[in-house]
Amino acid sequence: MHNEIVMAGFGGQGVLLIGKMLAYAGMNAGNEVTWMPSYGPEMRGGTCNCTVVLSDHPIGSPISKRPHALIALNLPSLDKFEDAVRPGGIIVVNTSLINRLPKRTDVTVVPVPANEIAVEVGTAKAANMVALGAFLGASGLVDQKGVESVLVEAFPNRQKLIELNEKALRRGFEIGQGHAAAVAAG
Amino acid sequence: MAKKLMKGCEAIGEAAIHAGCRLFFGYPITPQNEIPEYMSARLPQVGGTFVQAESEVAASNMLYGAAGAGCRVFTSSSSPGISLMQEGLSYIAAAELPVVVVNIMRGGPGLGGILPSQSDYFQATKGGGHGDYRLLVLAPSTVQEAADLVIDAFDLADEYRNPVMILGDGLIGQMMEPVEFKKEIKPEDLPEKPWATTGRAGRQQNIINSLYLDPEQLEAHNWDLHRKYQRMAKEVRYEAFNTDGGCDVLIVAYGTVARITKTAIDMAREKGLKIGLFRPITLYPYPTEALVQTAEGAKSVLVSELSTGQMVEDVRAAIAGRRPVGFYGRVGGMVMGPDELVEQAEKLVAVHV
Repeated sequence: MHNEIVMAGFGGQGVLLIGKMLAYAGMNAGNEVTWMPSYGPEMRGGTCNCTVVLSDHPIGSPISKRPHALIALNLPSLDKFEDAVRPGGIIVVNTSLINRLPKRTDVTVVPVPANEIAVEVGTAKAANMVALGAFLGASGLVDQKGVESVLVEAFPNRQKLIELNEKALRRGFEIGQGHAAAVAAG
Repeated sequence: MAKKLMKGCEAIGEAAIHAGCRLFFGYPITPQNEIPEYMSARLPQVGGTFVQAESEVAASNMLYGAAGAGCRVFTSSSSPGISLMQEGLSYIAAAELPVVVVNIMRGGPGLGGILPSQSDYFQATKGGGHGDYRLLVLAPSTVQEAADLVIDAFDLADEYRNPVMILGDGLIGQMMEPVEFKKEIKPEDLPEKPWATTGRAGRQQNIINSLYLDPEQLEAHNWDLHRKYQRMAKEVRYEAFNTDGGCDVLIVAYGTVARITKTAIDMAREKGLKIGLFRPITLYPYPTEALVQTAEGAKSVLVSELSTGQMVEDVRAAIAGRRPVGFYGRVGGMVMGPDELVEQAEKLVAVHV
């Protein structure tokens, strides 16, 4: 098992946080993991991304030119990374903010209205969790429970936040899982 | 202690505390700001002191003073800031004081950029400031190794009474990986430093100095230092990876580039090309003998760095024409992909079959 995942969006959408959660969950599940942020001269509202590598053997490069999956939270992120995703990979598209679907036909596309679902759950800020959930549901890469347990570490003693984010993750997970099942059924 | 996911910079900071260090003097600069940030939060919790100096020059002289008083002390910066610290480092080396300096390299020269680079190799391994001196230089390639080497760096600094530099780059500093701290040294358990200027009370006067106006005395001091650097040769550390039974191309790389080489090794294997890796962990002293022995099993050698070619000079001097030595570098904050290393290795094989 070796998976390179790029998460990208606007600064403030919580891209680095879901990357950390994925890395933590991977580590707790016994994998080798790396988390690498983009740290260029970023500005508020600019784009932001991170790369997480999960592997069953020691990880060489923590950066990826050809990721296995992309979680795109905004349009510039989809534009920038769509072509890089490996054939057979997964692209999660936040359709709340992205008004087109990927052109690629050789990858599994998981459209998810992450912002709308997050608002339904109770906080617009949890759109990142919805997207992460959709990726986990579609990929089966890390156990959903594993990621939920990381929430407790990410938001210590903030039960309300944990519950909201759990809900957001689950809603995303169901969409991702349903989508993967539909793709498998043809 | 369970494994924690930490940035390289944070792990370096925590490791210094585990090494019994309670003093940090520094000045902020990207991409290592997480080190002073971390120390400013952690040191007060453990009874230590964090000072943001007015400049890097000042920070390096604070280091000089604290080390002279016998304290474990460290600083961190990135390339332009390390250049500013050279005044203090030269004095510290001359006065034979133990300090630990972390350089999380970024692209240069001048202010350059903020992305990863290895273009301070010459500065780190050939002295850095004025005068005949050397730092002991350690180059981690994982976050765990960065933490382990920081703890060792304090011990090595004390043992040789010499500044030790951890030479990382923006990628090692910014990346998160699982890390575990295996030992904790309490400041009160550290060995005595009978040479330190701790107040004369009841003993002979200790003098810490770098001024020798008598040329005979200075010459003797220079040769003493030189002999110390020769003694440090026994501290060489390196990793030889995928080199058993020889290889087509031996890539010599440290830090971040060594990691990328490991991915290139897997990619090349699928193409039937065997790449080996020789990774110096100590850049000074350089593992020359081990490199020569490892290269004997290789058809050719490829040095790869995030510079236009610095370590390659030490490799060429070591190999001394016995094998073809190629070079591949990326600079300015650009980092090569493993595919580029495979392509370069293939080119070398095509030329030297």
